[in-house]
Amino acid sequence: MLQRFRENKSMQGTFLALPTTLWLFVLLIIPLFLTMVVSFGQRSPDGDVIYSFSFDNYARLFGYSTDCPDGQASCFDSLYVNILSRSLTLAFNTTLIVILLAYPLAYFIARSHPNRRNMFLFMVLIPLWTNFVIRVYAWMMLLRKEGAINIVIGWVMNLLNIPYTPLEMLYTPGAVLVGMVYEFLPFMILPIYTSLEKIDNSLYEAAADLGANAFRTFLRITLPLSMPGVVAGTILVFIPVMGTFIVSDILGGRQVILVGNLIQRQFLDARDPTFGSAASLILMVMTLIVTYFYTRKFGFGEEIIAA
Amino acid sequence: MNPHRRSPWVIAATVLVYFFLYAPIVVLILYSFNASRANVKFEGFITSFSDRVEMDGSFVKASPCGPFHWFCDLSKNDDVLEAAGNTLTIAFVATIISTIIGTMAALALQRYDFKIKPFSQLSLYIPIVIPEIVMGIGILTLFSQTFGWLNEALNLTGDARLSMGIGTVAVSHIAFMVPFVTLVVQARLQGFDKSYEEAAMDLGANEWVTFWRVTFPMILPGVLSGALLAFTLSLDDFVITFFTNGPGSTTLPIYVYGLLRRIITPQVNALSTVWILTVFIAVLLLQWLQSREQKPAHE
Repeated sequence: MLQRFRENKSMQGTFLALPTTLWLFVLLIIPLFLTMVVSFGQRSPDGDVIYSFSFDNYARLFGYSTDCPDGQASCFDSLYVNILSRSLTLAFNTTLIVILLAYPLAYFIARSHPNRRNMFLFMVLIPLWTNFVIRVYAWMMLLRKEGAINIVIGWVMNLLNIPYTPLEMLYTPGAVLVGMVYEFLPFMILPIYTSLEKIDNSLYEAAADLGANAFRTFLRITLPLSMPGVVAGTILVFIPVMGTFIVSDILGGRQVILVGNLIQRQFLDARDPTFGSAASLILMVMTLIVTYFYTRKFGFGEEIIAA
Repeated sequence: MNPHRRSPWVIAATVLVYFFLYAPIVVLILYSFNASRANVKFEGFITSFSDRVEMDGSFVKASPCGPFHWFCDLSKNDDVLEAAGNTLTIAFVATIISTIIGTMAALALQRYDFKIKPFSQLSLYIPIVIPEIVMGIGILTLFSQTFGWLNEALNLTGDARLSMGIGTVAVSHIAFMVPFVTLVVQARLQGFDKSYEEAAMDLGANEWVTFWRVTFPMILPGVLSGALLAFTLSLDDFVITFFTNGPGSTTLPIYVYGLLRRIITPQVNALSTVWILTVFIAVLLLQWLQSREQKPAHE
């Protein structure tokens, strides 16, 4: 037996990969399957799951409602559809803003002196290593009516002798957007930097020799060659933004409800795991579809791992 | 063309983005010296040892800690200490296990051919392409259903009942940490020069000795950076922990989140400040160790 194991490369490989594969199978694949099973079930009056095969939860999610105003049997309720589209829009906007902010910074680091690059990268990592929840809290301190931003604006306005009533910036969609951008910005900077850093200097020299100006060089060389980084960053930003519920919970209050909040509440407050599971699967399908088409268009870079 | 030439626009944008990254953290730290308990208002800094701190509308004398009033307050908070202990325990255990099995999987995927290889490789990407909350509620369903079923089947009652706790959190953490370890070590193995191993074998070392004396020392930096990444992921995790923790297994992020939904005192800021400084010092130390290792040894 031992002798056979020593000679059989395939058995050795299976043995080495087995713990990880089993672990991921039990804790990622079985749970996904269970979620699917539960999503077809129904909620019992005391919050348990009654296993059945009904599409009620999905119908409800896409607007089918039996709780109608003027005695109709069924009608369209836009509540959940709005939540889904709000999450998608927010994820798109966040990703776009994050790309616009991350690109110049990544470019700056990649073009700076090699001795100083590590320090600049380090400066990007420090906020990232500060805990996620703590970073949301920091924005709470900044945005609230008595918060730091209002204090600074009030102080400047006072100097200019303009009357100023503090703005309520917390618990608005804008606050959630700023919070998301802040949380995920480093995840875009790192992959873009990785792909920019790989660009050979001789390409820039060739472009200059051939008479291209700075703008043309950027458009024809820098931008295309950094696309793998942008794609990897987009995946690292878009997917978590779609599912995060802390940012909207703390900075949006009850005003901004995203799919993440919807799912979380089904599992903790409303106690309807079947509906929460259905919402969770729809969230997964939405992110997979977007990721699939996006990576098919631009390719899937190894920059994800580099980050 | 000077490769280090940058337009003023790029520099201006860079300064602004760095300001955006750091301003919230600076404000957070400043507020941990706030003289108001409510933390809604900024009452100025606790400046000297005789200063007073506003406590529920009235002013009381600050503790003997002076400007560090909230830090002293924090050190007396048993919940925080317990949460910190839980966070570190989970991170250590999960890092050790995920580093071992993750490195094994990386070796298997890079060096061997076996039947389940495509499946093993594919499953590594699941935590990257699926939102964490989807994983979180899936694992919650798995544990609650299995535990409910086992409790009933084995007739467990009272304290013997299986329930969520440190164990379920650690097991779930390993699930999302392993892929990162494996991918990092795999990347390291890709650039591996096999001639060293061949030389060792030619000189009569068997596979086992070759692995521990040649291969392992060479991939060690990759293994360590994978472990470090896994450790920080575990420390930082909120979502998976949120759905898999139970009574007595609160971690720091969960504890802070709980506070944010209730009353916030500068104690939270003091906690954040301690956290930020710890991370900062740890990372500096690591960088220093790494740079020392890379420099050739002088006799």
